[in-house]
Amino acid sequence: MTLTKYDRPNSYIGSRVPRPNITRLMAGRGKYIDDKSLPRMLHVVFVRSPFAHARIVSIDATAALAVEGVASVLTGRDIVDVVSPWVGVLTHLSGMRSPPQPCVATDTARWQGEPVAMVLASSRAIAEDAATLVDVDYDPLDAVCDMEEALEPRSPLIHPGYDSNLCWERKVEAGDVDAAFADPANTVVERSFDFGRHTGVTLEPRGCVCEYDPAEDRMTMHYSGQAPHMIQVVLAKHLGIPEGRVRVISDDVGGSFGIKVHTYGDEIAVAGAAKLLKRPVKFAADRLESFQSDIHAREHRVRVKAAINGEGLLQALDVDDITGIGPYSVYPRSSGIEGNQVINLTGAPYRIPAYRGRLRVVFQNKVPTCQYRAVGHPIAMAIMEGVMDELAKATGCDPAELRRINLVPDDAYPHVSAQGMKFADLSHQKCLAKLLDLMDYEALKQERDRLRGRGVYRGIGIVSMVEVTNPSPMFYGVGGAPIAAQDGASARLDASGALHVASSITEQGQGTDAMLAQIAADGFGVDLDMVHVKTGDTAVVPYGGGTWASRGAGIGGEAMLQACKALKAQVLEAAAAVLQAKPGALDIFRGAVTDLDGTERMTLADLARMVYYRGNELPAGLSPEFIATRHYKVSDVPFVFTNGAMASYVEVDTDTGIVKLLKHWVVEDVGTIINEQLVDEQIRGGVVQGIGGALYEECVYSDDGQLLNASMADYLVPMSVEMPDIEIAHVMTPTSTSELGAKGAGEAGTAGAPGAIMNAVNDALAPLGCSISKMPMSPERILRALGTVD
Amino acid sequence: MKPGAFGYRRAESAEDAVRLFLEVGEGAQYLAGGQSLMATLNFRVSEAGTLIDLTRIESLKGIEQRGNAIHIGALTTHASVARSSLVRKRLPLIAEAYVHVAHPAIRNRGTIGGSIALGDPASEMPACMLALDAVIHANGPAGKRSIPIDDFYLGLYETALEEGELLTGIEIPLPAEGARHGFEEIARRHGDYAMAGLAVMTTGRRARMAYFAISDRALRSTAAEDAFVSGASPAECAEVATREMYVFGDLNASENMKRHLAGVLMRRVLLSLDGGASA
Repeated sequence: MTLTKYDRPNSYIGSRVPRPNITRLMAGRGKYIDDKSLPRMLHVVFVRSPFAHARIVSIDATAALAVEGVASVLTGRDIVDVVSPWVGVLTHLSGMRSPPQPCVATDTARWQGEPVAMVLASSRAIAEDAATLVDVDYDPLDAVCDMEEALEPRSPLIHPGYDSNLCWERKVEAGDVDAAFADPANTVVERSFDFGRHTGVTLEPRGCVCEYDPAEDRMTMHYSGQAPHMIQVVLAKHLGIPEGRVRVISDDVGGSFGIKVHTYGDEIAVAGAAKLLKRPVKFAADRLESFQSDIHAREHRVRVKAAINGEGLLQALDVDDITGIGPYSVYPRSSGIEGNQVINLTGAPYRIPAYRGRLRVVFQNKVPTCQYRAVGHPIAMAIMEGVMDELAKATGCDPAELRRINLVPDDAYPHVSAQGMKFADLSHQKCLAKLLDLMDYEALKQERDRLRGRGVYRGIGIVSMVEVTNPSPMFYGVGGAPIAAQDGASARLDASGALHVASSITEQGQGTDAMLAQIAADGFGVDLDMVHVKTGDTAVVPYGGGTWASRGAGIGGEAMLQACKALKAQVLEAAAAVLQAKPGALDIFRGAVTDLDGTERMTLADLARMVYYRGNELPAGLSPEFIATRHYKVSDVPFVFTNGAMASYVEVDTDTGIVKLLKHWVVEDVGTIINEQLVDEQIRGGVVQGIGGALYEECVYSDDGQLLNASMADYLVPMSVEMPDIEIAHVMTPTSTSELGAKGAGEAGTAGAPGAIMNAVNDALAPLGCSISKMPMSPERILRALGTVD
Repeated sequence: MKPGAFGYRRAESAEDAVRLFLEVGEGAQYLAGGQSLMATLNFRVSEAGTLIDLTRIESLKGIEQRGNAIHIGALTTHASVARSSLVRKRLPLIAEAYVHVAHPAIRNRGTIGGSIALGDPASEMPACMLALDAVIHANGPAGKRSIPIDDFYLGLYETALEEGELLTGIEIPLPAEGARHGFEEIARRHGDYAMAGLAVMTTGRRARMAYFAISDRALRSTAAEDAFVSGASPAECAEVATREMYVFGDLNASENMKRHLAGVLMRRVLLSLDGGASA
């Protein structure tokens, strides 16, 4: 490997240093929402609809109010006076519609678990007792659950003002798709896929503590979330408080995975209650209400048709996706992005001259769905790679070889896909080659074939993938959402020579603060323990988007690098004046101003004390600024795409349908790596979440919209015993859009794992003449595919 | 997820517990390890008037050999039973089954008596007791009595225990010389309630085969036992077991799936007996 500017002896970028905040978190000193307690604080418990669809006839809170310790019971009609309803559509998703959504249902409940009233009491236990006494008279309505039936003309309507249950439809067509399918020289395959609903299951459930100061009309929300500035705007707009008087603080956040980047009615209602009652109010969701109110994700049914020519080269792809999003499009990011990304990303690693896509986004009476880790990617990757294996089977081509010849070559960038996506700096060929080498593909195939003779059914699944990371304003801002696409960083030298940095991106347990500290220490020139990082407080940090869509390192990290470089230049200018040297002849290394050869001239502490305490000693006219701020956004492209390749090796027990995960390999190109350990664990965690979607996790609903498995006993998250060893390797192609060169690392694992595992399972089942295309691939579904259970 | 208000009494002995139960009257419930009861109270799917806490009753804890039987006190935790060298040596079926029972935190609190008295259809211990032909000891308002395990499970969460009657211990006859055991369960994740499971003990020409997670309770397949005794092959035993089985589907496995798995388990467990070591 060639040396880069980051290979200097004092470089932290690219090194596996331990996370500065891990000792505190492991010592149990994290500050999560439920750790927060304020004087006069009330606890809220929501009364949630037991029906998927019902008119609220009346609410009688007399008995609940009589319970000692209960301060108030508020209904949707009470809250709507202080919190205005919102509409979750983006203008650039043309034609999308969703009606105004009140934060607590006013006249009709549209999913089981939708809040209909809130009970405020001196403890959570008292509020729960009282909540059981709130007498809500419901008039149940027909629930609309199946997304295809929802579109039938005779289906009941979820929103009376609309002519159907369609939220949004998008069609895209490029090239002559029909001609490619009609050409007798081409091989054409078609498959359908089903993806179950699942959800994020964060270790710390959602929650907030809101305090309102009526004297100054100030609202403060302590918030377990990923985008404090977005919630600041939402609170200001819908509670009618000037934005500058709203402060959102996110201390430690116990996992989010995209779940905590949306506007939830219950959370905003807490702010409404705090304003109405003029007392602090705490909401900490319990696990049952997390399942019933955290956004769900996925739930797609997709038909895919593809054609290759006699040389095995892809000629056309046709994708028809229908996805169910619950009764409302979620505010303000909308519930259209997931399906949109399926249409945009399917086939992205490959050269495909003709493409047709149709997306239908459908309302239904289930928990709303929205963006969750690797938005749309697992579907896009699984359907394309499923079809690639089908094409390989139809033509007798080796699956890895078929991929190799169809990948967009590494030297062909920039490349624009048939859908119009602009790709740059990708390395599919290098990644696939490295993956096949890492897994010893040929030996693995031999082992698989040898074992088949003994009745052991093993399979190999391969995926090439593209991931959306580092989004530009074209993602949300262009569609009218109050979501910053840029992030800011500030860097300040204190009188002791310590470096204080602040960033608008957020830490949710994945190591954001560590990554920022490494860049700051590296960019400025101090030891890591001299860096103090502040994130997650709108009153303190620069304005910016937060951490989601794998934008933390790429956007927030670049802003931090530039801020620290700017501070360094300012410090060196002052030092040069004091030392009677030229700024260009000086450097900062390990907390001291040095000559370029590393000879120490004076410590930063000495310089800072002179500047701060004894400014009279400075040369005339010199007034140093030991603070610098920089902002950064991606400007030339809509997204900085990331790529990788992944493989899974499984064994299927054909008697029981149990899939044993033997091994998993990932080769990922995240551009510049800041901390390889953090990147690797992002990928591993992502793979495990992908495994959840492939094999275990599913929100199971009855026909009338009752969520049947809303507990950790019945909703199966992947557990360590069943997880395979996950081997990770890297290809590094820094993005040319920034100096840092970092792309996002958070999506990869989740994006590719479901497709890799599905292909591996189907490869294992291939000798038995059957296949499965419904996730999660439960033992029963596998045995049904095998025909041994009906 | 907080339970509604409930009363609390602590019992010092089994007799004291029964006395408290009668004293409290309506709404009294015994509390052992609480691994099932507390969850249902927290979910508010059941309500307790007054819990009678048994966990301090030392005389109901412990494992010992009494003559030709092993006696296990009802309040012995899963973890203690699984660790016991006596159990490992003389009742390897139980030791093997415990590998599959829940997770360490649950095994540290949950008790074998609580699990058997609750009779969750998917629990391992009720089926093991059936296979081992255990005797249940109980103490209640009408005094002490012993209940053969075959008479104990009556239906879904329904046992032969009368109102106020407390399970105090389990007596397990030592398996005869040359006895063999087999145990297997099929679960989507290790430690989960199984989709289906089977515990088997055989001695010479006698056999006891008990399924769990198949029906509304742990249930012997007497048809398979008879077939086995008359020399049928594992496949034939599987065939008769699944034909006569009374099956209950759940979220993870439908009725058809469970019926299928019942056959797979019978075949696998009986084949493992043939090849396996003796108990």
